[in-house]
Amino acid sequence: MGAWIDTNTRVLVQGLTGREGKFHALAGRDYGTKVVAGVTPGKGGTDVEGIPVFNTVHEAVRETGANASLLFVPPPAAADGIMEAADAGVALVVAITEGIPVNDMIRAKAFLKERPGVRLIGPNCPGIIRPSAKVKLGIMPARIHKPGKVGIVSRSGTLTYEAVGQTSALGLGQSTCIGIGGDPINGTNFIDALTLFAEDPETEAVVMIGEIGGSAEEEAAAWIRKNMRKPVASFIAGRTAPPGRRMGHAGAIISGGKGTAAEKVAALRAAGVHVADSPALIGETLMKAIAG
Amino acid sequence: MKVHEYQAKEILRAYGVATPRGRVTDSPEEARQIAKELGGRAVVKAQIHAGGRGKGGGVKLAKSPDEAFELAKQIIGMQLVTHQTGPEGRKVKKVLVEEAAQIAQELYLGITLDRAIGKPVLMASRFGGMEIEEVAHRDPSAILKEPFDAQTGLQPFQARKVAYALGLTGDTHKKAVPFLIALAKAYVETDASLAEINPLMITAQGDVVALDAKMNFDDNALYRHSTIKEYRDLDEEDPLEVEASKFSLNYIKLDGNVGCMVNGAGLAMATMDIIQYAGGMPANFLDVGGGANEEQVQNAMRIILSDRNVKGVLINIFGGIMRCDIIATGVVHAVKEIGCTIPVVVRLEGTNVEEGKAILKSSGLAVIPADGMKDAAEKIIAAVGKGN
Repeated sequence: MGAWIDTNTRVLVQGLTGREGKFHALAGRDYGTKVVAGVTPGKGGTDVEGIPVFNTVHEAVRETGANASLLFVPPPAAADGIMEAADAGVALVVAITEGIPVNDMIRAKAFLKERPGVRLIGPNCPGIIRPSAKVKLGIMPARIHKPGKVGIVSRSGTLTYEAVGQTSALGLGQSTCIGIGGDPINGTNFIDALTLFAEDPETEAVVMIGEIGGSAEEEAAAWIRKNMRKPVASFIAGRTAPPGRRMGHAGAIISGGKGTAAEKVAALRAAGVHVADSPALIGETLMKAIAG
Repeated sequence: MKVHEYQAKEILRAYGVATPRGRVTDSPEEARQIAKELGGRAVVKAQIHAGGRGKGGGVKLAKSPDEAFELAKQIIGMQLVTHQTGPEGRKVKKVLVEEAAQIAQELYLGITLDRAIGKPVLMASRFGGMEIEEVAHRDPSAILKEPFDAQTGLQPFQARKVAYALGLTGDTHKKAVPFLIALAKAYVETDASLAEINPLMITAQGDVVALDAKMNFDDNALYRHSTIKEYRDLDEEDPLEVEASKFSLNYIKLDGNVGCMVNGAGLAMATMDIIQYAGGMPANFLDVGGGANEEQVQNAMRIILSDRNVKGVLINIFGGIMRCDIIATGVVHAVKEIGCTIPVVVRLEGTNVEEGKAILKSSGLAVIPADGMKDAAEKIIAAVGKGN
């Protein structure tokens, strides 16, 4: 498995003509990303600051050779947008949209299953950035990132920035940062990202940020125990979260006594992961993990 | 979103799920009338969102219409306290008056999302009337799990399998199969996140009936279910949370005394965690979101400060999309308007951080600046005092 994004990544933006789509497409282009097309049904033939807009993803791919999609489509139409991108044959779909109904995502995932060449990141995520290649598909502030050796994977956006800030301050920098999103049904999961980091020559250490709800962290812990040879530090958000309440993210909920931070921390520690007790100690904990 | 039992039963009935005969009312007089229609004997059930109503005294059997009147009079208006309501309890506005059937057996049914496999899963157990978590804790093998495809629905063979596993035979088995299929269909088509029948009653006559029903719905899908959306009962929610939802703010009230305002759900949870790590207790979860404007920030601050337990506020912003100057302006406006007298610690990082800090400084307000999360948490705990 190679890197998911590099200098050959040609990005089309679904929802380019919207406020957020435009803002982040241009910020991505300023950073160095090749943003080659936009897609908004009904606005084909226009352009946004020189980026041509098409009516369909198929057309955008055919005309511009785009091979990745960054999606800002509003929730009711977002799953449809994901399927359109997958059908048009892009290799990577990064869905930023928050608030997609669960049933829509179940449908989209069934659709993606028949197209194994397509990777979905998100939804409800900040996206992916690779500082060494100056490529980003997402909404993260580029300037806090520094090229370096730490792979970061997280269910949360701003908490990822916190980890980025701390690893930048320590001079470690980042290889690739991947936000997998805060929804209960998502595309890329922790194990996918960890597999990438395990094989990626740029990545020497890993930060994994989880939160309450579901069992993705426990599954990742089992994978790490068996497969991971690089040091891993972690933080799990939501130790103080009350059960039965959704903490902002649709997926961040302790239900039926399951999905607590304590369970996740225990599973990760048992797998040899260094878990920070405080979000302010992510960088420090990573240094300890690296030192062994 | 949660709904009341009587609303869940209304939804389920439309899909062909059998429920007891009966109606909801807010009047004792009507309760008497309903009991009369049901033949005299009736169960009077308090309608609040919390579980544990029976143990709290909110579910009673009436042996006559007059007794139904008395019980309804007693229950309507009471502050019902259960293990899920907190000590202050919940005010009962309505009762469901239903026929009192002869119960032969109580079973459990529930459908929810299995996140690990990304499919709905039907759970069934012979231990009806008990909380499923408790059953799972005592004996996980007592819960049968049958995942099904959301698009094709629960298939008859799956329903048969589950019904046999529950020990149902003969006519009762034949009645259980369409019941299960209807329940699964209702779950998928209404975008539910939970459909729970606990207990599922097998009557003395062998009928399969939903004695109780609980449904929760995917908030993100409510836009396509206008009828269900109208079932929202604001009285069942915390008033501050209702107020926050008007401004699209993600606010959850907690029991501590350190209010917090954060951007991003993960960072907001982590901020609660670090407050506790530093020796304090968070008063709330509050995510102002990625693209909040000044007005939202101002309202967020107002809502935090209207919680009487709050003795200090920690504002923790790592601006990505969110600009620090917008946060700063909103905070300054809110504090000036409300006249905040408690300590406020502000940690700003990211987009337009210098502008944000300048706005706070020139405002003349006594906000305490902090560098990083650790510093911020320690400063607010020092200002509020530990263990309060």
